[in-house]
Amino acid sequence: MDLFFEFLTTLKNTVIDVLPILSIILGFQLLVIRKPIPHIKQVGYGFFYVLIGLALFLLGLEKALFPLGKMMAEQLTAPEFIHAGEHVLTSIHWSDYKWVYVFAAAIGFSTTIAEPSLIAVAIKAEEVSGGAISANSLRISVAIGVAIGIALGSYRIVVGHPIHYYIIAGYIVVVIQTFYCPKLIVPLAYDSGGVTTSTVTVPLVAALGLGLASTIPGRSPLIDGFGLIAFASLFPIIAVMAYAQLTEAKARRVEQKLEKRNRIKKDKQNKRNLN
Amino acid sequence: MNHQFLVFLKALLGSCKDLLPIILVIAFFQFAVLQQPMPNIGDILIGLTLVVLGLTFFIYGLEMGLFPIGESMAQAFAKKGSISWLLTFAFCLGFGTTVAEPSLIAVAKEAAIVAASGGVISDTLESQRSYANGLRFTVAFAVGFAIVVGVLRIIRGWPIQYLILGGYVVVVLMTIIAPSWIIGIAYDSGGVTTSTITVPLVTALGVGLASAIKGRNPMIDGFGLIAFASLTPMIFVMIYGMVIS
Repeated sequence: MDLFFEFLTTLKNTVIDVLPILSIILGFQLLVIRKPIPHIKQVGYGFFYVLIGLALFLLGLEKALFPLGKMMAEQLTAPEFIHAGEHVLTSIHWSDYKWVYVFAAAIGFSTTIAEPSLIAVAIKAEEVSGGAISANSLRISVAIGVAIGIALGSYRIVVGHPIHYYIIAGYIVVVIQTFYCPKLIVPLAYDSGGVTTSTVTVPLVAALGLGLASTIPGRSPLIDGFGLIAFASLFPIIAVMAYAQLTEAKARRVEQKLEKRNRIKKDKQNKRNLN
Repeated sequence: MNHQFLVFLKALLGSCKDLLPIILVIAFFQFAVLQQPMPNIGDILIGLTLVVLGLTFFIYGLEMGLFPIGESMAQAFAKKGSISWLLTFAFCLGFGTTVAEPSLIAVAKEAAIVAASGGVISDTLESQRSYANGLRFTVAFAVGFAIVVGVLRIIRGWPIQYLILGGYVVVVLMTIIAPSWIIGIAYDSGGVTTSTITVPLVTALGVGLASAIKGRNPMIDGFGLIAFASLTPMIFVMIYGMVIS
């Protein structure tokens, strides 16, 4: 019964969040477009399912994943775990935090796979590209990007480097890749940076950043705790373009192999004809 | 009925698969690394069931409601041929969905505390609130502006890379001149603006526009709106930081 009330509260909050979008859509539909919405019944049901789904999803995350994930982030960054037996942190070495980097990468990857807005964009991309881009490979590439991004971002908090060096270096990589990767993927790759960080990833990643920044001497949780999200938005762009480049290179190699085989076949045929 | 049930079952299975990595990661770290038992296993199982059901319903409704409405509105605007109305809609969509975004409200509040403890604004609740609101409206305005530029790009067929890379150059230049306390917040504000409902709607709008306008390729021109929405808040928040100090 408690669960049901909790669900109603979450549903109410979700509806309140969606209200501005809904009123903008309805306002423009009625006042500017002035035509009935096509398949209004189906669209209405669709909205209803989206709201119910989002409320269930958020409630489930609050109940199961967030408390556990946040607790783990705290435990993994706690000085007792990092320096077994040593109670006063005298000096830190970046390699003491190896499990933190592994956890950061693993949680970044796995939460991105479950990210609803990424699923939406991936479905649309597969549909628009006529299946040339598979939704699952896109999601896996983005997830690898987030994994690398968050692991590197944690490393940055541990060693205390300024954030903008990393971000600017990442931008330079993006610029170079943009000129060499297949043109079709570029807009999608840029988009995938923005969709990775919403409902699932942000709370867990924020807990990790906060845990790290508040336990390492010399880091301020209020200043160094920020910034992991920026890493998680930049690296997927690189990963998606890299995925497109690899696919293209592979296709080219297969093509070359085929061409070579055809040429040999033709040569043989020519020789036979000559004889 | 039977067929629909099968479709639902298949979607449910898909959601289970999407969730499997998280379960594996958490189980591995809990048992192998931290070496602790799983606390309140009952709660966790209930929570996981809710997450799987929620994800299934969300994806189901996505293809029934959110995608069709985004595309049908894009087509209706394209047919109407009024660019100014389309751009007004684009701005409202970006501004309206961002200003009420819970994660943005949370980040703005936290940023206000940072600013107060850093002595950038006076340490009163009143000034913290006005700072947080200022930040929120700045980001919302930036997203509205971004969707307008993105829609204009689709209409005119501008190549995306010059706009985005130009934006990066502006971000880098601003980073040099903006006060250092705003930079972390500015970089993060790009990531928090795009919510779970906005993303499918805006994607469908872009793809719908690009397929309704002659000579545009939905793959090349349709995507990219979200990219703008994650870029402009960084620039605008850094400007906000410079104006305030």
